[in-house]
Amino acid sequence: MNIIEINDLVKIYDDRKSVPVTAINGITLNFREGEFTTIVGPSGSGKTTLLNILGGLDEPTSGSIIIDGVDLNKLKPREVIDFRMRNIGFVFQAYNLIPVLTALENVEFIMHLQGRPKAERLERAKDLLDQVGLGDRLNTRPGKLSGGQQQRVAVARALASKPKFILADEPTANLDSKSAETLLDIMEKLNHDEKITFIFSTHDARVVAKAHRVITVEDGYVKSDVDFPEH
Amino acid sequence: MIPSLSWKNIWRNKVRSLIVMGAMAFGIFGGLFSTAIYTGMSDRRMKEALTKESSHIQIHDRHFMENPEVGLTLADPQGLVAFAESLPGVKAAASRLKIVTMINSPAASTGVTVSGIDPEREKRVSELYTAVYDSITLAKRLKLTDSGVIGTYLRDSTGRWFGSVQRNPIVIGEKLARKLKVKVNSRVVLTFQAADGNLTGGSFRVCGIYRMDNKAFEEMNVFVQQADLAPLAALPAEVAHEVAVFMEIPDLTGKVITTIAERYPDLEVTGWKELLPDLAMLNDQIVLLSMIMIIIIMAALGFGIVNTMLMVVLERVKEFGMLIAVGMSRKRVFYMIILESVLLCLTGASAGMAVGALFIGIFSRKGIDLSAYAQQGLEAMGFSAVMYPSLSWDFYLMVGASVIITGLLASVYPAWKALKLNPADALRTE
Repeated sequence: MNIIEINDLVKIYDDRKSVPVTAINGITLNFREGEFTTIVGPSGSGKTTLLNILGGLDEPTSGSIIIDGVDLNKLKPREVIDFRMRNIGFVFQAYNLIPVLTALENVEFIMHLQGRPKAERLERAKDLLDQVGLGDRLNTRPGKLSGGQQQRVAVARALASKPKFILADEPTANLDSKSAETLLDIMEKLNHDEKITFIFSTHDARVVAKAHRVITVEDGYVKSDVDFPEH
Repeated sequence: MIPSLSWKNIWRNKVRSLIVMGAMAFGIFGGLFSTAIYTGMSDRRMKEALTKESSHIQIHDRHFMENPEVGLTLADPQGLVAFAESLPGVKAAASRLKIVTMINSPAASTGVTVSGIDPEREKRVSELYTAVYDSITLAKRLKLTDSGVIGTYLRDSTGRWFGSVQRNPIVIGEKLARKLKVKVNSRVVLTFQAADGNLTGGSFRVCGIYRMDNKAFEEMNVFVQQADLAPLAALPAEVAHEVAVFMEIPDLTGKVITTIAERYPDLEVTGWKELLPDLAMLNDQIVLLSMIMIIIIMAALGFGIVNTMLMVVLERVKEFGMLIAVGMSRKRVFYMIILESVLLCLTGASAGMAVGALFIGIFSRKGIDLSAYAQQGLEAMGFSAVMYPSLSWDFYLMVGASVIITGLLASVYPAWKALKLNPADALRTE
């Protein structure tokens, strides 16, 4: 079953001061529930733009994105934020945790935004941090965690809202190989055991090697789209 | 969770936040303390004026205030006193004769107003009797070791509020005593025009000398027994020129004035605001000036807060981008930044208010002695050279409210900037 449907997506950056740049040039793609997909491509190929539009962080110039039956273009800005909170999990390259909150509070925070009760928040946050192997660092602030540990907190945070899929923008770019390996193993396990959909944008061959589907984007087009069912 | 997050965010950059809080605390302390000095001065002056000089209400013949002639008396002052005392909110009333006279001593003579009073009844409407000292008590109260400082003419005197001298006792102010070069037991002569038109006079013996902050009052007002003054003025014993009413509940003054005026339409009933117009104006002005001062302080601090909050927003663009991306509504981001600013201001202001309250508390007991710098000027205007700062809780509340408003206003622009962030762009910033 398709969870995301992209039809003839175009994104042109035009600030009226310089020459307009076409970042995405008519992409049509579908993503199924439970995928473990990477979008690869050289810098400037349009993969981050595609991911931003998929996450509702940026608006397309034309074309449509339908997530779980909802056309993002038809939502008001305020509804898009709410939609993101309930349906999309984000993992960023630079972790982007709230430095003044502990690992537990960072994971809990998004559930607080969703208005879930305190007891439920605490239980789920502890459970998720356990799943990413940080059950013993609940009350540690991000500054006292390694890059790999921070990114694992970010994965737990992304999962906290029970999203339909997780968008991860170069999640291993700042990690050493051991941390990257651990992180990928955790995400792969979550995908396998709990059928959580992951969509990555990456340059990292280690991520590509784990992916079940690799979409290559170049100059704003989809150059190739290959499945690796043997994973 | 957002209030706790805002509070934690304040402490991200401790030095910067402490500097802002310090500025806020210092500004608030300055505003509170200087206001407390003005208010303390005004309150003390007001209290002295009401309790020792004018009382809350005075009743006279309709023409007496503009032309205090001896013949312009109240026909039934006892009835008036009884009626006034029957009204709610009134503590007591007392009648007085009031005559403009010349007072003479062997050394000097000057014009004064003599009040003919019943000393015991007068105690119920005026605390002037508490201001009469003998030199030893006065020296002790003023913490003076050299009684010469109080004035040569008070030395060895044992002043009393009447009673110590059998015949024609008179109580005079310290400044007048110095001017006339008299002391307790000295004789003075009062000369004035009696009700029958004849020039008359009487010899009085000083039984007590009073001391007040208001030196002009000290110089201009003397007190004798009504029973001694009435025959000299060729007046019947039962008449009076003035009935003074002292209020138990000052807020009811207006009502009592109206009631008395309705019952005695031919008399002039005057409240303290008309009797002491300069003080009434001063009281209003102090509140107004204090508010203006607080607004100026807040405006100056507000610009500092705007600057700080702008830095906060610029430093955290990426974080705000992330928060909006993961689903924090722009309204909540706006609220979080506003709350940070308000908490920052309130923390600094609380420290300023606490230190202010402490200092005001200490100096309201110890006093701030300015006698070395401005004694004559202050006393000539009726103010004490020793200031006792005081401030009502309302003012603290008003300052607290203005701090919250400053915090809110100062953070609107920075928070609005955060509101306008595009999360995709914000996440790309380094």
